[in-house]
Amino acid sequence: MLSQADITRALTRIAHEILEGNRGADDLVVMGIPTRGVVLADRIGEVLQSISGQAVPVGAIDATLYRDDLRRQPTRAPRPTTVPSGGIDGKTVVLVDDVLYSGRTIRAALDALSAIGRPKAVRLAVLVDRGHRELPIRADYVGKNLPTSTAERIFVRLEPVDALDEVAIADERTDAHSEGGAS
Amino acid sequence: MKHLLSTADLSRDEAIQILDISEDMAAVSTHEVRKLPTLRGITVVNLFFEDSTRTRISFEAAAKRLSADVINFSAKGSSVSKGESLKDTAQTLAAMGADGIVIRHPASGAPRVLATSGWVDAGVVNAGDGTHEHPTQALLDAFTMRRRILGDSGRGRDLDGVKVMIVGDVLHSRVARSNAWLLKTLGAHVTFVAPPTLLPNGVAAFDADVFYDFDEALARVKPDVVMMLRIQQERMNDAFFPNGREYARSWGLSAARLHGLPEHTLVMHPGPMNRGLEISDEAADSPRSTVLEQVTNGVSVRMAVLYLTLAAGVTN
Repeated sequence: MLSQADITRALTRIAHEILEGNRGADDLVVMGIPTRGVVLADRIGEVLQSISGQAVPVGAIDATLYRDDLRRQPTRAPRPTTVPSGGIDGKTVVLVDDVLYSGRTIRAALDALSAIGRPKAVRLAVLVDRGHRELPIRADYVGKNLPTSTAERIFVRLEPVDALDEVAIADERTDAHSEGGAS
Repeated sequence: MKHLLSTADLSRDEAIQILDISEDMAAVSTHEVRKLPTLRGITVVNLFFEDSTRTRISFEAAAKRLSADVINFSAKGSSVSKGESLKDTAQTLAAMGADGIVIRHPASGAPRVLATSGWVDAGVVNAGDGTHEHPTQALLDAFTMRRRILGDSGRGRDLDGVKVMIVGDVLHSRVARSNAWLLKTLGAHVTFVAPPTLLPNGVAAFDADVFYDFDEALARVKPDVVMMLRIQQERMNDAFFPNGREYARSWGLSAARLHGLPEHTLVMHPGPMNRGLEISDEAADSPRSTVLEQVTNGVSVRMAVLYLTLAAGVTN
C-alpha cells in the first residue's frame, strides 16, 4: 500500500505539520512507541532537525506495563523506555506509532507518559490510521488513512528492524505468517 | 511462566528475559511516579513458614509497586501453629482470592508440591525452601553481576566467562544451589570454597571446581566475583568447624584477602551479614561490595518475576 518513497514523503509532511502546529521546534519532544514507532520517531526527529536547524530530543515510551489487556494475552515482554535528558515536563510531546487501530496502545502510552512527567501538551502522529477505534482517541498527524476490515492485517516494515520499508495489507486468513509488525 | 520454583527449570533465554524485564522494572524507580498499574486487581499472598523479614518486605515492595494487593501470612501465631496442613492453609488463602502465592518454607520441595498438587490454581513463586533453592536471590545476584560488569550494554546478554567464587556453607545454602544452576545456564564459571564438612555429597553435579583452601582458590582462580555465604548461628554448635574465630581465619573475607583480590573483583553477600565471621568490615563496606545494590535490585527482579508469573492470562 505504501512504498519507501511514500513513507518518506508522509514523514516529511508530518514533520512540517508538527512544526506548523508547534510554531517551530522549541520545547518539542518526539517519543516513539516500540518497536516501529521508535524507528519512525527517529526519522521524524531527523526531518524536524533538517527543516528547523534545531536538534529535537527523541525518546521511546513503552506502554506494555500499562496495557488493559495483559490478562487476555500471552506474556508480553516490555521494551525499554528512554526519556531524553531534558525530560518531558512542560514540553510538547509528539507520540509516534506505526498503526492506529483500537486506540488502546495510545491510552496505555498516555498513562506511561504521565508517570514520567507532566507535558504541556501531547500530540499523536501515526504512519497509518486503519480505523476501528474502541476509545475516544484520534491522531493529530496521519501519514495515510487506510480503511480496513477487521479481518485484514496491516504489515508495517521499516529498516533497520526489517529488511525494507513498506506498508502492506493482507487478509489474516490467507497470509497470517508474514513477517514484520502486524497491527 | 506460571510458576518460579527452581533456577534449574530456567532456559538461558528465559533467564535473560527475566533479567531484561528487571532492567525495565529498575527504570520505574527513576520515574516521577514510581508505581505501575500492571497487577491492579491481583492479590498476592506472602506465605512465610520461616522468618525472613528481608525477603518478605522485598516481595511486598515489588508487589505493591505493581499495584497488586498484598496479604502477609506468617506461620507464627497462625493456624499453622494450631496444626493446620499446607494443603488446608493454601486452599483457605485461595478461597479468599489469592492469584499468586509467594512461599517460604523450611521443607525442601514445599513450593513444588503447592504448584503441582492441584490444590490451588494460583501462580507459585519459591521464596526459599529448606536447603533446596532460593531462585529470586540467584536472579538478583546475576542481575547485579550483569549490571556491574556489562553496564548499560548488558541487555540481552548472559554472563559468559565470568568467574564466580561461592564461599562458605554450601551444604545448607539454597542461595548457593540456585546460583550454581543459574550461573551455569548463563555461561559463568562457578567455584565453591568451603570446609569439607560444609560441602554437599554429589557436589560434582554442579559442574563447579571445588577448593577447601580459600587462599589457594583465590590465587589459582582470580575470580571476577566473590560471593560470601552467611554462616547461620545454629550451625555453630554442630561441629562443622571448630569455632567462629577459626572459620573467619580460614574462610572469612578478611581485609588482607580483600586487598589481594584483582582490581575489578566484586564482593557479594546475600545478607544478613555476620561481620567479623564470614566477611570483614573492610570487605562489607568497600566500594566493590554490592550488598546494598543487591537489596535494591532484589525489588526490581521480584517485580519482573511477579509480572511474568501473574500478569498474563494465557500461557505461552
